[in-house]
Amino acid sequence: MSIFHLALAYARRRSLATLLVVVLLAIGVATVALTLLISRELEAHLTRDAEGIDLVVGAKGSPLQIVLAGVYHVDVPPGNIPLAAVQFLRKNPMIAQVIPLSLGDSFRGFRIVGTEPEFVAQYGGSLAHGELWSLPLDAVLGSDVARASQLRVGDRFVGSHGFAEGGGAHADARYTVTGVLAPTGAVIDRLVLTSLASVWAVHERHHDDDDDGDHARGTAAAKESGSSGDKVAPAATPSTAMPGPTREVTLALVKYRTPLAAASLPRTINKETELVAASPAFETARLLTVFSAGVDMIRAFAWILVAASTLMLFVALAQALDERRYDLAIMRALGASRVQVATVLLTESLVLAAIGAVLGLVIAHLAAAAIGWWLPQAAPLAAAARHFVPEEWAIVALALAAGIIAALWPAWRAYRLDVAATLAEG
Amino acid sequence: MFEITGVIHRYGPVTAVEIPEWHAAAGEAWLLAGPSGSGKSTVLHILAGLTTPTIGTVRVGGTDVMALAPGARDRWRGRTVGLVPQRLHLVGALNVRDNLRLAPTMAGLPVDEMRITTLMEAVGVIDVSRRFPSQLSQGQAQRVAIARAVVNRPALLLADEPTANLDDAHAAQALELLRGQAIEAGATLVVASHDARVRSLLPHSFTLPVLDVAAA
Repeated sequence: MSIFHLALAYARRRSLATLLVVVLLAIGVATVALTLLISRELEAHLTRDAEGIDLVVGAKGSPLQIVLAGVYHVDVPPGNIPLAAVQFLRKNPMIAQVIPLSLGDSFRGFRIVGTEPEFVAQYGGSLAHGELWSLPLDAVLGSDVARASQLRVGDRFVGSHGFAEGGGAHADARYTVTGVLAPTGAVIDRLVLTSLASVWAVHERHHDDDDDGDHARGTAAAKESGSSGDKVAPAATPSTAMPGPTREVTLALVKYRTPLAAASLPRTINKETELVAASPAFETARLLTVFSAGVDMIRAFAWILVAASTLMLFVALAQALDERRYDLAIMRALGASRVQVATVLLTESLVLAAIGAVLGLVIAHLAAAAIGWWLPQAAPLAAAARHFVPEEWAIVALALAAGIIAALWPAWRAYRLDVAATLAEG
Repeated sequence: MFEITGVIHRYGPVTAVEIPEWHAAAGEAWLLAGPSGSGKSTVLHILAGLTTPTIGTVRVGGTDVMALAPGARDRWRGRTVGLVPQRLHLVGALNVRDNLRLAPTMAGLPVDEMRITTLMEAVGVIDVSRRFPSQLSQGQAQRVAIARAVVNRPALLLADEPTANLDDAHAAQALELLRGQAIEAGATLVVASHDARVRSLLPHSFTLPVLDVAAA
């Protein structure tokens, strides 16, 4: 028998009103917590995918588009850059590493990326089965791709034209799976990797067959690539470096040798060449600003829910106080002090707020796990659902504060209760 | 055991209670008589330290009740006074046993489960110990209220109109129970009642004068 026990007994007694308040509070808390979990996960995800990439260099287009296409593999790249540009970048003493990417085709909605083996290392990937590509049209599948397609080492598949599912198939682009990567949690899980030579092979043949010019890689920028290539790298000698037609790639991921490069290199590239250099860190931050405006709105709505449930809690307590003034009077008659009877109401309010807050967090984490389970793109959310974010303590603290605020006036009235008059009443 | 000296209580301009002198010795059983509206409940509340009279002194067991600070007075009341209000006021959210546990809890005393069990047997509510007040008969509820008033073995047991709404047999039983429990707890008993049947059942009586309350 304690004040806590008493508060619980009262809460049980008025089960419907109690349930309503607790559920409303839980929904508010769950919404706040879920937006928190999702934005945290998104931030972590965006940061993880961009880790170690200081600069993305592509053809003329918006920097955001270049970062989205080159780092997150979600947007259409602006066009192509000559391979000579990659060699030009590699000669720069401030640059430690350049990874070229050749984009344009996909397989069942997963992008096929022509690149070099460093790309796998960049995301900390490792082979779960088989080996990396060695011949043109060898392909290595990211873990999500392998799971979704059920392809294994040795299987063959046909890439399709463009990024969307259902684009025209490259009938002659039959890839052979030589390896499958272990899951990394990064964007590489959702990519099909192959050599740059594969992409060249597929598209040279393709363009020989049908020079329709609608290729995702062949946008306007590609048409001027010849001239831009000359401007970019006057010193480079493509003709001696490689045989055949002018080779192109789509984007280049650049890692600096020194942090000082950040101060001058992007400006130099943007000013003195036809290329566009975009910083993933900067563009990601911009993207998150836009995203967080939306999140803030949802969160504001959730806080309105919390405020509404605080108001309901207040009404429920005020009502309970009217019904219970005899109980409080008898408690005083039995020796309880003013503070003690006020504490009974405060405790009850706090217990309800705590139940609502905990229930809300549980709902938020279950919802995050469910979203991660059902939406493959949000798979990392399922893992995130198992961990608590420190801010969740702040949510609990705020919910408890709401419990205290809701109980202030009823507790004050309990404190001021005229015991003798109440006992004599009726 | 208690001494009331020169007590006058007014509500605004209206004098509700006036007791020049009333002494009671330890262990005595008193009837506080007077017609309805003569201020019997107010006197009980004054004795319990729930109402502070406008003037006058009240000593209970050597303690000057009105001199106690509010918090100390609450603590003193929990340990010294047992009150059976007219409307009983059992706590509806708690079962019978928890209602009895409430008394030591609110007084800040340890809960003696043995004492509570013994008491429930003595007043005859042991079979309904898990029921809630709404599930009790009027008689059972009154016995629970009496048990609640004596759980902490008070020195002063106060009962407000305990025989109202009871037939003769039950009225006699209620009085007997109160007297028995007062003796068992070693308490001085004061029963406020306008019921003529009670007069013959209690050895001492104090009658409140009828004040001129026409103004009220």
